[in-house]
Amino acid sequence: MLTDELVDLSRLQFAVTAMYHFLFVPLTLGLAFILVIMEACYVLTGRQVYKDMTQFWGKLFGINFALGVTTGITMEFQFGTNWAYYSHYVGDIFGAPLAIEGLMAFFLESTFIGLFFFGWDRLSRGKHLLVTFLMALGSNLSALWILIANGWMQDPVGSVFSDVTMRMELVDFWAVVFNPTAQAKFVHTVSAGYVTASVFVLAISSYYLLKGRDLDFARRSFRVAAAFGFASACSVIVLGDESGYTVTASQQTKLAAMEGMWQTLPAPAPFTLFALPDDEARQNRYALEIPWVMGLIGTRSLSQEIPGIREIEAQNRERIASGAVAVQALAVLRSREASEQAKAQARIPFEAHKADLGFGLLLQRYTSDYSQVTPDLIAQAARDTIPKVAPMFWSFRLMVLLGFAFFALFGLALYFSLKNSFMQKTWLLRWALWFLPTPWLACELGWFVAEYGRQPWTIYGVLPTHLSVSSLTPASLYGSLGGFVGFYTLLLGVEMYLMIKFARLGPACLGSGRYGASAAPSGALARPVDI
Amino acid sequence: MLDYMTLKLIWWVLVGVLLVGFVIMDGHDMGVGTLLPFVGRSDPERRVVINTVGPHWDGNQVWFITAGGAIFAAWPLVYATAFSGFYWAMLAVLWSLFFRPVGFDYRSKISDPRWRSTWDWGLFIGGAVPPLIFGVAFGNLLQGVPFHFDDNLRSTYTGTFWALLNPFALLCGLLSTAMITAHGGHYLMLRSEGTVYQRARRAAMGFAGLALVCFVAGGLWVQLLPGHVITIAASPNALPDPLAKTVALVPGAWLDNFRQAPVLWGVPGLGIGALALGFAMALLNRPGSAFVASALAMTGVIGTAGVALFPFILPSSTDPSSGLTAWDAVSSHFTLGLMLGATLIFMPLVVLYTSWAYRVMAGKVTLEFIRQHDRSAY
Repeated sequence: MLTDELVDLSRLQFAVTAMYHFLFVPLTLGLAFILVIMEACYVLTGRQVYKDMTQFWGKLFGINFALGVTTGITMEFQFGTNWAYYSHYVGDIFGAPLAIEGLMAFFLESTFIGLFFFGWDRLSRGKHLLVTFLMALGSNLSALWILIANGWMQDPVGSVFSDVTMRMELVDFWAVVFNPTAQAKFVHTVSAGYVTASVFVLAISSYYLLKGRDLDFARRSFRVAAAFGFASACSVIVLGDESGYTVTASQQTKLAAMEGMWQTLPAPAPFTLFALPDDEARQNRYALEIPWVMGLIGTRSLSQEIPGIREIEAQNRERIASGAVAVQALAVLRSREASEQAKAQARIPFEAHKADLGFGLLLQRYTSDYSQVTPDLIAQAARDTIPKVAPMFWSFRLMVLLGFAFFALFGLALYFSLKNSFMQKTWLLRWALWFLPTPWLACELGWFVAEYGRQPWTIYGVLPTHLSVSSLTPASLYGSLGGFVGFYTLLLGVEMYLMIKFARLGPACLGSGRYGASAAPSGALARPVDI
Repeated sequence: MLDYMTLKLIWWVLVGVLLVGFVIMDGHDMGVGTLLPFVGRSDPERRVVINTVGPHWDGNQVWFITAGGAIFAAWPLVYATAFSGFYWAMLAVLWSLFFRPVGFDYRSKISDPRWRSTWDWGLFIGGAVPPLIFGVAFGNLLQGVPFHFDDNLRSTYTGTFWALLNPFALLCGLLSTAMITAHGGHYLMLRSEGTVYQRARRAAMGFAGLALVCFVAGGLWVQLLPGHVITIAASPNALPDPLAKTVALVPGAWLDNFRQAPVLWGVPGLGIGALALGFAMALLNRPGSAFVASALAMTGVIGTAGVALFPFILPSSTDPSSGLTAWDAVSSHFTLGLMLGATLIFMPLVVLYTSWAYRVMAGKVTLEFIRQHDRSAY
């Protein structure tokens, strides 16, 4: 029996483990390329400081990477352990990018990370740089394939339902790969990773500059982060807008919820800058709107309307009623007792209503006996298709706000880098340092909007979350969730301890004698500042 | 494009290849992890042991992840049913694997002996528990797993975690742990010298002998178990539907495939012969040959289980006709073809650059090396 308790616990466990995993992923994605840039500087100039930078930031990269690997395996296991019906129902499509991710990306990344750490004495400079690049390429390719898989969950293209195998089957692989939703998500997500890593390097370099130590090392690191970060922040905003555009076609519900658009407004719709969305009354209080902007971002036209929540829900009511017919016909087709003649008769309504099958399945949360379905029940199931607006609305706005703050930070950091005066701008260095946790916040908010906004579906319009879970007992879920939370809290404590320890030690931890207290004072000394 | 039945057969072989790849590659670093607290008695010795696999364990672990992904893509029903049914066993594997990345990377970053010793035992758990559970899982496959499907192919598992730990399954678990630990011992001989080498050699010989005894005992035992036989079969070319067949239980039927094609006895023969050869080569101080022998031995042992079960992958004890086979638990014709293409492109590349990585890092890890690389080595 799939109780709401079981479904909620399964969701909570997935959310906890996925969001935890994503504490480590963005830094891996971005820092890998920052290492490539630093090492390329070393290969081109032959200056030791760039090699030291690659090794020191590489050490922090390794501490982070270990937990990325640890928590990543959980994600692969969990589709099978906790989402067994999902795995059966869409494994034909969803499994492929996951397997290709292993073959094409994980092997590359994980084989070369070993050589990155241990190959310094055994490889020529050029070869080692190639190794670092392949490691970065591997980690970014893995993001590509997992976002292709995730993009398909948001926008299930290239596949059809088969009643014989009782699952979705792949018919067009390239449609899945070049799914615009997936591609926009990929570039937005990796850019977010680049921003995260840039803030990380910028913040820790600022710490050294404020402390007045390892100045040459910190200055060069700061510059690399400022330039890379500025490019990434531009990209994350432009491509975030791109995913806003694609979301209108494939996921109108998500867009309506994150913008608090309760009804369809005449085009071009206004953008709500501020409001208190009220999920009970289904309206916004104290809304502050900017005319035209939403219509322009969402549709890139002045005449196209963006559907609001009430209209979407009304549409979904019809689709649920139609889907209920498909579900009933499918039960006859799947029955081991039904006669061939009965099956032939059921085939006709099934084919006619097949497109709404997923919507019909939404009713399973309330009843398995579809002869009992009432208009009230259909209305209830249709209400379920709208995620709660207030958390979507605010998460999205906070993420966007942070995005623009990164743009400003990196814009100024780059400007003062070019003017070579950032060392004296203690306000900028402090800002960078105190901003250290914010890119993680922005990343998690982004995932929250994307995945919470997809509810009540695991596969949008195809498979309700309620049906996707494994047939486990809530007791098992309490046990495993407790285990994950316990393990992860412990591991996070250990990771943070090492990360802070080595960040504080700075490049002196390489033991070369060139840095820290044992090093000769380097030129242009800034005044140490208390922070 | 290949016909559906051929592709299904190829994928049965390919999943086998990936599993064998996993035990050869990740198996040797798991074996090294299991042996770590015993062959390394001092901190520098333990660092020698860890650094023999330091640059490679991460890439090796991808064999495991890719095998999981390939089962997801090629046999989604097996992935769904096995992972959710063996819920606590899978979590035990997962949680023991947690110790590996952090154990390897964090252990030597702090010099406190308690810190290091804690992670050493973590690496031991991460090395010993997964092979044990995989063996136990195979032991349960041969006895049937208590699950059934409803009309919509939702699986329900009706067993418990503790029921998995029955005598036959524990024997298989012991076999799997012993052969993987022996494999780790052989690898360690290749990459170390002095006392570590000698201890690794003794361990490799002991565990190879133990694996041999367990394998033979398991072979005798399996004749007493009820095997699953398909009585009414759907065409292997048909669209996969695990509910379309009927299955009967016949004592000793797991040996039917060997009886019908006696050449297949060569597979368990390889297992026995290569385990013995691995023992002998370790005795003769020939670590290279010993490592190859233990790789072949594991191929033989896993192959034996696969051939015995064929075409079954996941037999059901409570509703035998729900049992999953290589014909009816598979992905669509299109997906199998696509994934075969992807494997043919990427697998040779992986083998190529993995070999290069091993070549770059070749040679013995010595105490001297640890002294010189105190800050950068694991």
